[in-house]
Amino acid sequence: MTASRPLPHVTVDEVELAAELTGDTDATATSTVAEYALWLGDDALILSQQLGGWIAHAPELEEDVALGNIALDLLGHARSLLHYAGTADGRSEDDLAYFRDESDFRSAWLFEQPNGDFAQTIARQLTASAYMFELYSALRTSTDATLAAVAEKALKEVDYHRDHAVQWTLRLAGGTEESRRRMIRAVRDVWPYVAELFRDEPLIDELDGIAARPSTLRAGFDAVIAAVFTEAELDIPDVSASSGGGRRGRHFPAMGHLLAEMQVLARQHPGASW
Amino acid sequence: MVTKTTTRRAHAWAIAATVTDPEIPVLTIEDLGVLRDVTIDHDTVIVTLTPTYSGCPALDAMRDDVTLALTAAGFDDVEVRTTLSPAWTTDWMTDAGKQKLREYGIAPPHARAALGQGPIRLRLAVKCPRCGSLDTREIARFGSTSCKALFECRACLEPFDHFKVL
Repeated sequence: MTASRPLPHVTVDEVELAAELTGDTDATATSTVAEYALWLGDDALILSQQLGGWIAHAPELEEDVALGNIALDLLGHARSLLHYAGTADGRSEDDLAYFRDESDFRSAWLFEQPNGDFAQTIARQLTASAYMFELYSALRTSTDATLAAVAEKALKEVDYHRDHAVQWTLRLAGGTEESRRRMIRAVRDVWPYVAELFRDEPLIDELDGIAARPSTLRAGFDAVIAAVFTEAELDIPDVSASSGGGRRGRHFPAMGHLLAEMQVLARQHPGASW
Repeated sequence: MVTKTTTRRAHAWAIAATVTDPEIPVLTIEDLGVLRDVTIDHDTVIVTLTPTYSGCPALDAMRDDVTLALTAAGFDDVEVRTTLSPAWTTDWMTDAGKQKLREYGIAPPHARAALGQGPIRLRLAVKCPRCGSLDTREIARFGSTSCKALFECRACLEPFDHFKVL
């Protein structure tokens, strides 16, 4: 995210969505749509930042590259979504990423869970990408042309992310005694944070036809997880759901540290580019 | 009817189509299917590009290169837009592009994009671009750039990149 270059414009397809182009070609979000775009954009941004932490630390070189690539895709989604959110009040994607404080972020707690060991990252990836797959599948038919375009693009990439997480889940659960023990522990550790993803906040009632209603995404998510867990011989953990609160600006304790690391450079050198 | 505008548009398209991918210099942005549209609005040339992957940093370089190429060809007023929809797919890669990739040592996308297979999926064999063997295996799903995976050939023992189906 450099400050000096013109930001990419998220526009709509000229052929299929010509009606959207009758006015200004650069779509502007209403404040309600912008709030929803922040939910999705912050989820992608925080997960991207976390995965970047694995570069040079993954169990093998190929995983440094894989997690780095997944992080890059997520950063792409975050840029489109934050850019769009920012059109509501004139803020840039960089303003939103670097100059908001913790209580202004809208990410869910699952994405704020620390990397932990590799199994814990894979359990987070499995649940996150299975959720995102259902989310973007549904959002493709949003009546908001920009959200639909972002979703159509992101879905194809998230399909690869989900596959990556599934393959690792199978390998770790079916590998050595130690890898299986860690995979079971990892699934148990992330499971309390799954429920928040599918909670319908009041905002959703104001976005009929625009947002993907979270509760409707659960069945698809459960079916995928059930298929993977059957193959991996894993059980759904019997744990109670966390309160969460990310959509209202209340965050997991690790979030402050994560933001400090992500934002410090931009705050020390505002407007810097490289 | 051929007008001055249509010939200028065709000329501008031809210039923009010479720009190559910074990571895979044998492929033009036209071969890749990244060049979506070129239009003329009065004196402005408007070029529309679409990213291969959402986070692909090559798009910034392509945007700059398109502007430079058109400016050098005498188009003073150039605007490059990016669009996300319809989403890029390897199905748009030209046959000429696939042949160039193969000759460059990268196995081209080998199947049609198909979303929504089950979560645990079967894969088609990828042909080694060096010896043509189908006895290859994936080393890593994610390679040196977002669009590639790393493979090795069990017949000739060479590692190679495969341009993933998207």
